[in-house]
Amino acid sequence: MALINVKTKEVQIKIVYYGPGRGGKTTNLEYINKKYRDQIKTEMVSLKTQDDRTLFFDFLPFDVGQIKGFDITIQLYTVPGQVKYNATRRLVLRGVDGIVFVADVQKEQRKKNIESLNQLYENLETYNLDLFKIPLAMQYNKIDLKQSDIPILSSQTMQKDLNGILRAPAFEASALKGGNVIQTLKKIISMTLGSIQDQLF
Amino acid sequence: MFNETQLEAIDNVIQINLIKAGLDNVIFMDMAGNTIAKHDNGKSHLDSTAFAALAAGNFAAVDAMAKLVGESEFSLLFHKGEKSSIHFSKINDETLLITMFNKDISLGLVRLKVAETIKEINNILAND
Repeated sequence: MALINVKTKEVQIKIVYYGPGRGGKTTNLEYINKKYRDQIKTEMVSLKTQDDRTLFFDFLPFDVGQIKGFDITIQLYTVPGQVKYNATRRLVLRGVDGIVFVADVQKEQRKKNIESLNQLYENLETYNLDLFKIPLAMQYNKIDLKQSDIPILSSQTMQKDLNGILRAPAFEASALKGGNVIQTLKKIISMTLGSIQDQLF
Repeated sequence: MFNETQLEAIDNVIQINLIKAGLDNVIFMDMAGNTIAKHDNGKSHLDSTAFAALAAGNFAAVDAMAKLVGESEFSLLFHKGEKSSIHFSKINDETLLITMFNKDISLGLVRLKVAETIKEINNILAND
């Protein structure tokens, strides 16, 4: 739940990038960090393994200005995508306000996307949160692979697999090249702010 | 959510019990990694936002380990450094108190002061 401090007039919002391993969650944050470096006061924190895989989370906080006199800070987190790290994934979801589900459009990742989304639903349930109610944006990442020989899934297939019932706003993206990374971010920020606006007075 | 009177009272308790006792940094935060109040001795350059995110992760991981070995919680979490040390305390199910102190202060004093502070914060939170 967003932290609203009535004394310091600050709001802190937690947005988590979730999805299967090697899907591009960390790459999303790295792109945002590079793009908005001048406006981000702190360094991005990454807890990773020796071979550069996320071990616990990445963390990137930044300010987005004021709403109704409150200073808004957005805190972006990623979860570790590897299957074995579900216990830590669940810990990162504590207090989440909005989610970006980063799916991998490679054909061979199809099953992993679905499994990861199902697990997200279960993990949120442990905090009494409902995937159907929490602000959620879908990102179909690695669309740049279209130009290569690697077989990828069409957006229609991705929509059918992951977003048929959820009907969240969805973006084709290339985290590596920055395509639609910022659009996804802007969408989830506006949805999340919309969901907490009633709590600001 | 905490009201303004509660936040004011918590700030006072932290200042009087902990900062005046010579501690370097104190962060009152929620389990999701959000800072609710932060205080220091005026000489600190700590990136408290990143620190709180890491502290929440650390505490959550240790808490999950406790459950795995059949403990309800490990109530004391303490990291000792050459020049400064960090002490973690759970206030209630939702909040944590993190204190940082240098080698001139003993762990015993910190534990005593932190225990008093937690009691007072819980009293403040009970008066909603």
